[in-house]
Amino acid sequence: MTRTAVQAASVPAPAQRKPRPRPPILLYTVVIAVSAFAVLPFVWMVLSSLKPLTEIFGQGFLPQNPSLDNFRRLFAETPALRALFNSFFIAILSTAGSLLFCSLGGYGFAKFNFPGKNALFSVMLVSMTIPFVVGLIPTFIMMRNWFHWIDTPWPLVVPGLANAFGVFFMRQYLSTVPDELLDAARIDGASEPTIFFRVVVPIITPALASLGIIFFMASWNNYLWPNIVLRDPNAQTLPVLIAGLQGSAGRTPYDLMMAGAVVSVIPMLIVFLALQRYFYSGITAGAVKG
Amino acid sequence: MSRPLDLPAFARPARPARRRKHLWPMLFIAPFFVLFLVFGVYPVIFSAVLSFQEWNGAPGQQVWVGWQNYASLFQDRYFWSSMTNSVLIFLLHFPVMTLGGLVLAVILNENRLRFQGLWRAMIFLPHLTSMVAAGITFRLLFERDSGLVNRMLGGVGIPAVPWLDNEWWARVAVGILLVWAWTGYQMVIFLSALQTIPGEVNEAALIDGAGRVQVFWKITVPLMRPAIVFVTTLSVIGTFALYTEPVILTGGGPIHATTTPTMEIYAQAFNNIRYGYGAALSYVYFAIVVAATLLQLRLTNRGQG
Repeated sequence: MTRTAVQAASVPAPAQRKPRPRPPILLYTVVIAVSAFAVLPFVWMVLSSLKPLTEIFGQGFLPQNPSLDNFRRLFAETPALRALFNSFFIAILSTAGSLLFCSLGGYGFAKFNFPGKNALFSVMLVSMTIPFVVGLIPTFIMMRNWFHWIDTPWPLVVPGLANAFGVFFMRQYLSTVPDELLDAARIDGASEPTIFFRVVVPIITPALASLGIIFFMASWNNYLWPNIVLRDPNAQTLPVLIAGLQGSAGRTPYDLMMAGAVVSVIPMLIVFLALQRYFYSGITAGAVKG
Repeated sequence: MSRPLDLPAFARPARPARRRKHLWPMLFIAPFFVLFLVFGVYPVIFSAVLSFQEWNGAPGQQVWVGWQNYASLFQDRYFWSSMTNSVLIFLLHFPVMTLGGLVLAVILNENRLRFQGLWRAMIFLPHLTSMVAAGITFRLLFERDSGLVNRMLGGVGIPAVPWLDNEWWARVAVGILLVWAWTGYQMVIFLSALQTIPGEVNEAALIDGAGRVQVFWKITVPLMRPAIVFVTTLSVIGTFALYTEPVILTGGGPIHATTTPTMEIYAQAFNNIRYGYGAALSYVYFAIVVAATLLQLRLTNRGQG
């Protein structure tokens, strides 16, 4: 006791540990500065979207006559509404489908034994280390020559249903579900599909929410693959459409692009504000696997 | 409490029931596995075969060329400079991002700080943004004359920086975009790792007279090693796979200074329609990423157990 007290007295700042000492100015300065750095581009995005093109390249900060004209023109002159719908359609369908396939697969791996299980699981784990671009060219050829799926949503939905990371993620989570619960349902005479949908799914809802957010965000913001398979502007997703605007007519329509950027960010922002907790848990659960 | 499913093997009613027992798990896994074979395994094999061919995509026009794609690839200075660009962009952004993420996590873990949820949300926000939207916005921010960055620099007397017109500044600009997009992500991961470290560890060190900086380097960082190794691996792989950010922000320029391997593979396959050559590039790229990841794991795990 005495020794600690004496030592503590000789240490300058952190010796006193009251519940809430005076505000740590330095920490606030750092946190406010970094938050400003993080948020400023969003502010700039929104401000620019309210300015006419000449003013975007002017020296002002706030728009002189803020107007939603860029947004009106975006929806009138480009198929942005269609792109917004395409983005939602693809993101929702691929998220729902992937969640179903991944939780079924994860359940099979976590709670059953069958011949070849370990081999299959190893193949799946190894496949996660192969970069996307290695399969890119053949997948494109398959989509074009075999399935004839260019300019349809399917290349963005179907291959992603088999998501090795998702199966792994669900398997880890399902391993924590006690076997007794499933056995009890079996003794009660429930069939295996009933057990999955009535017993397992309600338990794994938090994991589905976390994984679902990761899938939705990945689909919503995806650019490389949709840019390859969606050439027709009416089939494009929002990021592809916005990026494609710069190619048109020599002069880049930054006014429309900034409006498009704002439109593409808002849905993610709403999902984030509504489900913040699951964002963080999904991301950190993904990290634990490392 | 009899548990019929856990009977020892000799007590089970032999074959038919056993087969039925395997039926359901197989059915549960089947949808995933069929798609995985078609869209996961098959393209990777197809790509390996393709890398020994020259093909413009027309059916039946494949020409077997042996190792020729791989041979010409070693002379391809655009491909190799795209590799160098990845390394340079990694070195430019990774230290700032990771150290920043660590420091921010430690700060947000302080109970003296109020509104922690608010700060965390704001700093994490960039991670949600589509890189197309962010790339366009950063292009405006980095604009030489009207861009906010140069105007702010001008305000403190620093002459305009040619962000997107100079090879080195363009790489820095891509690095800044990456720091912006990923620091909050790293912070969230580090924060959750920090919360597994008992507070007493730091407090004991502080009471023993260690400074906060010392505690950070000597205690916090070593205890967070697994999380740091994880984000490092992710960053190495992610930087090599970079595509959208440079495409939108710099278009790969100026003079190919920010062209990445994925952009190069895309250009060969989809602009020049050389599928075989693109496939060969993608395999060499894959091998290099594996080598880089193994090297990085060796370095980051050095001195551990």
